[in-house]
Amino acid sequence: MRAYLPDYNLRAPRSLADALDLMAREPGVWRAFAGGTDLMVLLEFGALQHKNFLSIRHLPELRGIEITPEHVTLGALTTYTHIQRDADVRREFPLLGAAGRETGGIAIQNRGTLGGNVVNASPAADSPPALLVYDAQLELVSASGARWIDYRNFHTGYKQMDMRPDELLRRIRLPRATGDLKTYYRKVGTRKAQAISKICFAAGARLASDGRIKDARLGLGSVAPTVLRCARTEDVLRDRTPDEATIKAACAMLVEEIAPIDDMRSTAQYRARVAANLLADFLVNLKK
Amino acid sequence: MLTEIVGKPVPRKEGRSKVTGAARYVDDLRMPGMLYGATVRSPVARGRIRSVTFGEGVPWDEFVVVTAKDIPGENAVALILLDQPYLASEFVNHAEEPILLLAHADKQLLERARRAVHVDIEPLPAVFTLADSLARTQTIWGEDNIFKSYLVDKGNVDEVWAQADLVVEGEYSTGAQEQLYIETNGVIAVANAEEGVTVWGSMQCPYYVHKALLKLFALPPERVRVVQCETGGGFGGKEEYPSMIGGHAALLSWKAGGRPVKIIYDRAEDMVATTKRHPSLTRHRTAVSRDGRLLGMEIEFVVDGGAYATLSAVVLSRGTIHAAGPYNCPNVRIRSRAVATNVPPHGAFRGFGAPQSIFALERQMDKVAAAVGLSPAEFRRRNFIRQGETTATGQVIREPVDMAGLLDRAFELTDYQAKRERFARENAAVGAGGVKRGIGFASFMHGAGFTGSGEDYLKSIVGAEADASGRVRILAASTEIGQGTNTIFAQIASDALGLNYDLVEMAQPDTGNVPDSGPTVASRTCMIVGRLVESAALGLRQTLQGAGLLADEYTEGDWREACRQYVERYGALKSFSQYKPPPGVRWDDEKYEGDAYGAFAWAVYVAEVSVDTLTYETRVDDFVAVQEVGKVVHPILAAGQIEGGVAQAIGFTLYENVVWQDGRMVNNGMTNYVMPTSVDLPPIRVHFEEQPYEYGPAGGAKGIGELPMDGGAPAILNAIEQATGVSFTHVPLMPEALMRGLSETT
Ligand SMILES: Cc1cc2nc3c(=O)[nH]c(=O)nc-3n(C[C@H](O)[C@H](O)[C@H](O)COP(=O)(O)OP(=O)(O)OC[C@H]3O[C@@H](n4cnc5c(N)ncnc54)[C@H](O)[C@@H]3O)c2cc1C
Repeated sequence: MRAYLPDYNLRAPRSLADALDLMAREPGVWRAFAGGTDLMVLLEFGALQHKNFLSIRHLPELRGIEITPEHVTLGALTTYTHIQRDADVRREFPLLGAAGRETGGIAIQNRGTLGGNVVNASPAADSPPALLVYDAQLELVSASGARWIDYRNFHTGYKQMDMRPDELLRRIRLPRATGDLKTYYRKVGTRKAQAISKICFAAGARLASDGRIKDARLGLGSVAPTVLRCARTEDVLRDRTPDEATIKAACAMLVEEIAPIDDMRSTAQYRARVAANLLADFLVNLKK
Repeated sequence: MLTEIVGKPVPRKEGRSKVTGAARYVDDLRMPGMLYGATVRSPVARGRIRSVTFGEGVPWDEFVVVTAKDIPGENAVALILLDQPYLASEFVNHAEEPILLLAHADKQLLERARRAVHVDIEPLPAVFTLADSLARTQTIWGEDNIFKSYLVDKGNVDEVWAQADLVVEGEYSTGAQEQLYIETNGVIAVANAEEGVTVWGSMQCPYYVHKALLKLFALPPERVRVVQCETGGGFGGKEEYPSMIGGHAALLSWKAGGRPVKIIYDRAEDMVATTKRHPSLTRHRTAVSRDGRLLGMEIEFVVDGGAYATLSAVVLSRGTIHAAGPYNCPNVRIRSRAVATNVPPHGAFRGFGAPQSIFALERQMDKVAAAVGLSPAEFRRRNFIRQGETTATGQVIREPVDMAGLLDRAFELTDYQAKRERFARENAAVGAGGVKRGIGFASFMHGAGFTGSGEDYLKSIVGAEADASGRVRILAASTEIGQGTNTIFAQIASDALGLNYDLVEMAQPDTGNVPDSGPTVASRTCMIVGRLVESAALGLRQTLQGAGLLADEYTEGDWREACRQYVERYGALKSFSQYKPPPGVRWDDEKYEGDAYGAFAWAVYVAEVSVDTLTYETRVDDFVAVQEVGKVVHPILAAGQIEGGVAQAIGFTLYENVVWQDGRMVNNGMTNYVMPTSVDLPPIRVHFEEQPYEYGPAGGAKGIGELPMDGGAPAILNAIEQATGVSFTHVPLMPEALMRGLSETT
């Protein structure tokens, strides 16, 4: 442990209201501590800058999976294991199930939360590309009220997001009727488990009866400062048949749209090339 | 007499205590008044220390602070040379080099203090690569950056080039690799002028630490004691490094007036600061006749030793001797060098230089085979060494050896021929983004024991003692580090005496109590030390029989009674045995010629791979390891050694990439240093052939610890060449490099 523990505070507020009150009174001082699976790693390395945390794991308002005719709503504290255990969610949102299965190991899947994965804002996180494909919306709550925003607008820059210091992420909402969406998920991390993505690729599309692509959605991780919904590539695909020319044009646009870097895990060149390969693979298999 | 225990999978001696958690590792030990120690390290790779300042907000008067000035003896880690300081005083030669030590009872405060020490260093130009070191862009060690060089010269290579039908050249390289034992380095020390120095810790070689502490404290041998605690893996990583961390803890304790000091590295420190496998570069020039006979081999082998000499000379030696492999070639010249760079010293790691040079050779053999138009197998068959022929160092192979037989068996087990043909056919039909498959193999040997005159120089000793109840204890400094030393020694001793396995136990390796049976390295523990265990045990019997207390045939009851009477009459019953070289062994250290090893293990490994052309990731789908290792003492432990070694070799080949930045490992955690997990590994199918070695224990055991590290990398890259049509020459072969290789050819 490289952190100096006496510098840190962890409090357990009695209720969501108490938590939000405290965050309103001392904005920026308190941050959420959910599963702790991102935070503890930083603490261990002595790299956790923020010092004061509110444990939110016991707050019922942030838990549970709710299904209505229009939406499936996941509490921010929903873990990867919760998703695996919910057959309805897995069937309707297979990309989320796939992401969860490939996240960490069993301990992390039991402990890590979807809310933490989103707010931790790592560009290499594995569930956000799936959430992007499903047009997820986030509910942010504070002492002064609640607001819903589109997830695709949430991340504004590397580790920056549209969330005020007095807000908590409460729920994540996914519009239903994804049944005929053909999906594709691929996490590329060299080893098969316990990997940090070099590229994470989630996609969905519908083919019209004339063979044209109607609704293409591409969510990518580890190819830009934030996870990315690749709207310009989607534009290229819209209303075209997934033939060779389309695939070529889409791959070219994708490589332009993403902004991968060289880092200790991989190279920009590899990320761009593999992202394009996966897009091509997705499109080729659409017709099948 | 009991039935034989050797060859049976008896429960491991310390298995129960490990499984139940009762086993005590050094971090489980706590002593009254104990302090924790930490190391302040160099932030730069090379430079002159200008100043050390102690920052605000830390009660410095509560801390024990040690610098080079506090060292009572010599500021050098005694190993082969004395070039590596315990604490840098004026110059630093690698990132993370220790400069200052701190101790405090509060671990948390200690960490805060470590961060508050500021070391100001004037940077000097550094050398980070083997190529720059050879080119002497800077002279950073000695006169020429060269720690050691060897020349092996058999026949006359210079004359073969003209007669050869074909000359094939190749260049190959390997990267660093981290040992990644589960338990990180750790020690506790108690040291003061009155009582001397005692160190407990996780280690492979208690007497190496002992030797180092004598120099560091300028004390006579009896004032220094080193005790090995239960050790969670080593793989070479705890061969030389415990001398460093052990010395550090002892220096702190000495300064603190003898209060115990514990130092345990966390994973990040262990990975960034301690030893790794030597990166290497090998150049081959091979002369062959049209019918595929090896005429000559010229091999240049260079390893990167890092900033100090440490064990590089010996790593280089083993790599050099293995560089020409199990082939009969009349003319061989091997020139090898270990060079200095400004990175933390590279050190011992399973295989000890051999995996590096064997990788190059076995890739080159596939290349030469293709050049002469033979299959990799047929080309090797024509050149395998046979009994009576000589290795590169001119060692006559006296024992029967059947490499072709091992090859046949490995091919049969893998259905190699059929698969080779099928993959070739199927790959041709695989479209863009598809999965391509390949099968490849490597044939190799690995020498057991110290090289050349090494064992003779060590003169290892093992003791055995029996108490009045007839219980036998083996006294040896050879350590159990997870590989099974305790178990096989007990098997060997109980068979030697015809006693129940439960009647034999191992003494804890403690230099105050056990003789120096040499380091636990070099695949020597079973073959060399095991033989001494056997004769020390037999010595007990002879003593009892000489005293007229035991008949030729005896029961366990007779044995117990004889021991009881002996101890009553004469006191302690002990027997010692010292190493003597087998007759006729000849080694010339000057010419690097003669009998390099007492015995070799021989092997053929086959790997089957699939390469995903979407992600450029390679998966090993199947792995067969066939080897001849002499008598197998414990089938489960032996197979475990092979499986573990193959897994480590797969990591070395496809996953484990040390990322360097200015001479510092930047991916020093298990998150970003990607070792394979259990789901990444194929079934590893292990098969032994047993050809008893005359001078091995228990009916002829040889060494197996390092062998399985050797064959994986070339077998896998040979398979990848079949899958992709590209000949890769560097490991680790990461997906990024595989992608580049594929796009360069298509
Ligand atoms: C061994 C290991 C393997 C891992 N493998 C993967 C992997 O394969 N893929 C992957 O994507 N991730 C992986 N992770 C990262 C981590 O497990 C996930 O990101 C996880 O979902 C984080 O959730 P948490 O609840 O533990 O977050 P925490 O660590 O509790 O919090 C993370 C951040 O989110 C904030 N936060 C959490 N909840 C809320 C909320 N409701 N409202 C506002 N802010 C909040 C916290 O303040 C903090 O800044 C791994 C981690 C470890 C240790």
